[in-house]
Amino acid sequence: MAVISYIDAITMAMREEMRRDPGVFVLGEDVGVRGGVFRATNGLIEEFGEERVLDTPLAESAIVGVAIGAAAYGMRPIAEIQFADFIMPAVNQIVSEAAKIRYRSNNDWHCPLTIRAPFGGGIHGALYHSQSVEAMFTNVPGLKVVVPSTPYDAKGLLKAAIRDEDPVLFFEHKRCYRLIKGEVPETDYVLPIGKADVKREGTDITVISYGLTLHFALQAAEKLAQEGISAHVLDLRTLYPLDKEAIVEAAAKTGKVLIVHEDNKEGGVGGEVAAIIAEHCLFDLDAPIKRLCGPDVPAMPYSPPLEKFFMLNPDTVLAAMRELAHF
Amino acid sequence: MATKVLMPQLGESVTEGTISRWLVKTGDVVNKYDPLAEVTTDKVNAEVPAALSGRIVDILVPEGETVAVGTPIMSIEEYGGAASEEAALEAAEPAPAGAGEGESPVLKPIEFEPARVAPVTGKQRYSPAVMRLAQEHDIDLSQVTGTGAEGRITRKDVQKIIEQGGLPRAHAPSAALPQTAEPTPPPPVNPGAGDQVIPVSSVRKTIAARMVQSKHEIPHAWMMVEADVTNLVNYRNKVKDEFKQKEGINLTYLPFFIKAVVEALKEYPMLNSSWDKDKIIVRKDINISIAVATEDALYVPVIKAADQKSIYGIAKAIEDLAGRTRAGKLTVDDMAGGTFTVNNTGSFGSVLSAPIINAPQAAILSVESIVKRPVVINDMIAVRSMVNLCLSLDHRVLDGLVCGRFLQRVKEKLENIGPQTNLF
Repeated sequence: MAVISYIDAITMAMREEMRRDPGVFVLGEDVGVRGGVFRATNGLIEEFGEERVLDTPLAESAIVGVAIGAAAYGMRPIAEIQFADFIMPAVNQIVSEAAKIRYRSNNDWHCPLTIRAPFGGGIHGALYHSQSVEAMFTNVPGLKVVVPSTPYDAKGLLKAAIRDEDPVLFFEHKRCYRLIKGEVPETDYVLPIGKADVKREGTDITVISYGLTLHFALQAAEKLAQEGISAHVLDLRTLYPLDKEAIVEAAAKTGKVLIVHEDNKEGGVGGEVAAIIAEHCLFDLDAPIKRLCGPDVPAMPYSPPLEKFFMLNPDTVLAAMRELAHF
Repeated sequence: MATKVLMPQLGESVTEGTISRWLVKTGDVVNKYDPLAEVTTDKVNAEVPAALSGRIVDILVPEGETVAVGTPIMSIEEYGGAASEEAALEAAEPAPAGAGEGESPVLKPIEFEPARVAPVTGKQRYSPAVMRLAQEHDIDLSQVTGTGAEGRITRKDVQKIIEQGGLPRAHAPSAALPQTAEPTPPPPVNPGAGDQVIPVSSVRKTIAARMVQSKHEIPHAWMMVEADVTNLVNYRNKVKDEFKQKEGINLTYLPFFIKAVVEALKEYPMLNSSWDKDKIIVRKDINISIAVATEDALYVPVIKAADQKSIYGIAKAIEDLAGRTRAGKLTVDDMAGGTFTVNNTGSFGSVLSAPIINAPQAAILSVESIVKRPVVINDMIAVRSMVNLCLSLDHRVLDGLVCGRFLQRVKEKLENIGPQTNLF
């Protein structure tokens, strides 16, 4: 099995799906000739031609609007938003149209659309190239929000998103693109959307995370094991709808829960996870449910020291985990 | 690197220990398993062995001081073997970390200061998980030592107790009653002029707590039979000198009584059982606790697998346990696992007693003094050696019928001891 990067797993998934189903096509800014600014669509225009790999104008509302129309028509579009920060002009199309087509047409129409968008900081991208926007979409019924954290999950979940009969927002952490590598089978496999995954078994504390911070938690867990602290790490993978069963199981296992995400704290996904645990696990809890998140400030700063302050890192995650373990 | 030696846990419910004597001093070199100190706990005197070879760096707790289980009592610097290489590595590590910028700092295990952990004063707060586990398993949290921040009892602490099975039981009735229904404390006892005030030792405290708990939780019922042991007395008188000469130990009456009890327990296993809330656990092993008194306390060491021992084997076990009790050398293991108690109250001259059950056992039998009395046999008066056998029973587990039958069997067996009885 080949060890490949997170972004190569994403390219692999798109290529396999485009080969499998002629209805699958890619559209977005610079996805064609350029191969994507992160090179996620590298080589696709050469293989599938410009009719299936469309370079679009700089208009996100149009990218998503066109994709919704094509999906309604029976195609399976993959719309790329170059940076998740740029998704705002398309929010009306996503929330008012894509999410509601099936419901408002009483099942006559549906929208098998995948929207890919790189999110998150740590690449010195400043305000408009570093945001985490997932929480804006995680209370919109009709949408699915997926964030893979490993190459294996990225391929299997992207294929599932493309094959899904309803709209899926697929957020890729851009720092993970070339940082995270892992084994990815060349076979055709699909992972279920809506299922979280235990990335590490442990007995002292439970850490629930997704995206880049999940890797911080895993690194910290490795170090804490040397101190005799055993951490259980759950990767949410799908942020909406949440895998409540897995969350409850992981929380009950140790009774001490730390939720970690890069997105800011108030109103973040972590609040919903904490509420699920509070509703279902009161008598298993041995400590207050803790959250470690980005600060509640408007966006990632450009200044390197401030960016460093804004971003979580393995040491801050480790300190929070250790404190909870000692509670 | 010096390794701290902690006060060991010398028994399931033991929470603290007293350093009665140091056997080493600072600077001494010790080998692994060498005794370091003598420790007295609620019920046991034990030696703390060295877990590694090395030199004594520091003695942290003076003789006579009582500290909580897990408190560091001394430190040993390791020498030789692979362990020291590891220690050297650890000692060397901080230097390169300071030099290279951007490297993540070396993680050092956090050591809680004992002061933060040891004294838990004031109100304890329990997490929902701890409260639920304590309720479900009937655990008295006031007896649990917490390992969390500032001595907080964690879910893991409680789970560990449940797994180990040594539950500090909450008193069931008082747990069920509201706070206000607790009995008012008795008026204080004021010592008068010339009265002697004796501070209560930890052993005495434990005895007191166990006795109160047993009387409080177990509905005691009581029965007595008398047995004619004239034949036993004659038989023992005939063989005891030869036995002493050959085996080097005294042949007392107690092994005969224990043998008879063990055989009867085989036939009536319900007496060899324990009450556990919603079930009765009938023990397969027959381990007989025997009460051994010293001047100031009472110990109950256990004759393990008594059903597999001959009268000689039992006599030898008693000799061994009694000897070590008086020498203060009993181990935790010596006192664990008893399933039924035989108490030799006759040795104090008693002819009648109502013993308190040794919880969680279901019954206790006391053997009274053998006394010569006129008795009626076949309408004639004869002088016979008689003994009373008293049984206290847990009426939750046992009823009079089965206990009556059990005592009849013990009596029959005793009355049938004679020259045909096999000692070995």
